[in-house]
Amino acid sequence: MAEILVLVEQIDGDVKKVTLELLTLARTLGEPSAVWAGPGYSDTAKARLAEFGAAKVYVADSADIADYVVAPKAELLASLVAAKSPAAVLLAATAEGKEVAGRLAVKTDSGVITDAVGVGEGFVADQSIFGGGINVHSRVTKGTPIIAVRPNSTAPVAEAGAAVEEKVEVALSDAARGARVVERVKQEKGARPELTEAAIVVSGGRGVGSGENFAIIEKLADSLGAAVGASRAATDAGWYPHAFQVGQTGKTVSPQLYIAAGISGAIQHRAGMQTSKTIVVINKDPEAPIFEIADFGVVGDLHQVVPQLTEEIAKRK
Amino acid sequence: MNIVVCVKQVPDTATERKLRSDDKTLDRDAADGVINELCEYAVEEALRLKEANGGEVTVLTMGPDKATDTIRKALAMGADKAVHLVDPALHGSDALSTSYALAQTLKKIGFDLVILGSESTDARTGMLAAMLAERLGVPQLTLANKVEVGKGEITVQRVTDYGFDKVAATLPAVISVVEKINEPRYPSFKGIMAAKKKPVQTFGIADAEIDAALVGLAGAWSEVADFAAAPPRAAGAVVKDEGDGGVKAADFLTSKKFI
Ligand SMILES: Cc1cc2nc3c(=O)[nH]c(=O)nc-3n(C[C@H](O)[C@H](O)[C@H](O)COP(=O)(O)OP(=O)(O)OC[C@H]3O[C@@H](n4cnc5c(N)ncnc54)[C@H](O)[C@@H]3O)c2cc1C
Repeated sequence: MAEILVLVEQIDGDVKKVTLELLTLARTLGEPSAVWAGPGYSDTAKARLAEFGAAKVYVADSADIADYVVAPKAELLASLVAAKSPAAVLLAATAEGKEVAGRLAVKTDSGVITDAVGVGEGFVADQSIFGGGINVHSRVTKGTPIIAVRPNSTAPVAEAGAAVEEKVEVALSDAARGARVVERVKQEKGARPELTEAAIVVSGGRGVGSGENFAIIEKLADSLGAAVGASRAATDAGWYPHAFQVGQTGKTVSPQLYIAAGISGAIQHRAGMQTSKTIVVINKDPEAPIFEIADFGVVGDLHQVVPQLTEEIAKRK
Repeated sequence: MNIVVCVKQVPDTATERKLRSDDKTLDRDAADGVINELCEYAVEEALRLKEANGGEVTVLTMGPDKATDTIRKALAMGADKAVHLVDPALHGSDALSTSYALAQTLKKIGFDLVILGSESTDARTGMLAAMLAERLGVPQLTLANKVEVGKGEITVQRVTDYGFDKVAATLPAVISVVEKINEPRYPSFKGIMAAKKKPVQTFGIADAEIDAALVGLAGAWSEVADFAAAPPRAAGAVVKDEGDGGVKAADFLTSKKFI
């Protein structure tokens, strides 16, 4: 069966959910080989990759790979593309995943597609562009298809794989050691899932009214095990950090459930959340355009509705 | 310091954006062209770095004739001069071709630092800065929300999922900046007038030694097979809060098994 390389995303040695999604998708296209780039490969990681069907795991665990920005991962993948001639390479369409994909495409003289929401036969990718207004099928026409897939596009399904480990040594070029990570700063996010990976996102906009009031958005999020997002009006006002902005110039999210409270639904906001599976809206203005894409809407004051919803959820659990 | 800031003209995000039915490329005539908003942050950062360290800021744009509006905007903000890469052969270029064409041009005009916005609001690939660094063989310091330049050195804060990385390199380098790294200035009346007299050099593909076979639709590494308008989302039930809006929302979530 055709070999499909899947670049593993991990944090502190834990395999991220998006990688399990990619492995699941790769199984529909061929036989997935996971590529572990950087230190921290462990039995737990191996077990996780095996559980989701990795036939092989290429492990390149030299510290250098993590100590320089992006380029080493592209070099590692390029060497594997040359040595193994895979049918395709799948990466997560995260900010960094896309950068790795871009460099890999240049190195291997291959076409690249970003932000795919699905990949079918012949490696034809589905994309949703211009804020969700147009659906596109695209494909790579030269080289090895390199496809960056949006998190939450595929539901991860377990299916055992052998996860046979193969060590890979990469001799990094000087060019790949250009930008050195001198310090990593982890900002405390509490127990909430990461915004782009979360199955549920609760976002607040200008209607929330202040930074302090975001506490009610956070409480609702926590009652559902959700991530918190914000509109640009809210991040512009300094009520919530920019890292949590959803939309055209913020993060793109595609969760199972998106709850928008006090957000009008400007096209630029919709660009970041339109592919969410289910959308629930709380807004006091029945004319707000966000209602046009809502599966369920409440016209009302979010300061009443949101806390009541949080309470109800607590009761029903 | 010789700073080149790459600026793109994009269709206004507030207008309806379309693909052309004939060659499946962006219909640039259907929508108003504006400066890609994230490029404004790049121009502003370039101007600040120049103000702090001296040097010169050159705007580099690849795009059709009408992209001159965008170039003027960047010049009006305070950039010193511009290079406009414009050639019918470039129409339909994908990210790989664009990075190739821009890299060739950058090699011609020279640079200590290349600054880009983190992505464009139309293509949204977020790959261009990384591709440029790869092609130019210089360090990539992308997704910066803080930039400091010292003697021949550069340090940035790179935004990550968990916070940020401090990244250091020597110049020359390619960087990209994220929204809210700074507050882009509005062009003053004086700036707008001055921009009219600033030099804009036009490059065709021959001037930048760009191989025509590697750009445009024919040179692209990927293609759009087909496209269609997304089916509209069916609008769902909307209820008015009569003191039980939260309960009703909970009922809906329960029916969908989210609770
Ligand atoms: C190039 C560009 C890029 C952009 N990128 C982004 C982006 O990435 N993300 C983004 O979000 N925006 C982006 N924008 C901005 C976008 O156009 C809107 O301005 C923004 O989304 C508005 O945020 P909002 O919905 O919170 O605020 P508003 O549009 O002001 O809407 C507030 C809503 O809250 C409701 N409301 C007020 N009080 C209450 C209450 N007590 N209870 C319930 N409802 C209440 C109001 O009825 C209203 O509908 C971008 C714009 C441009 C030009």
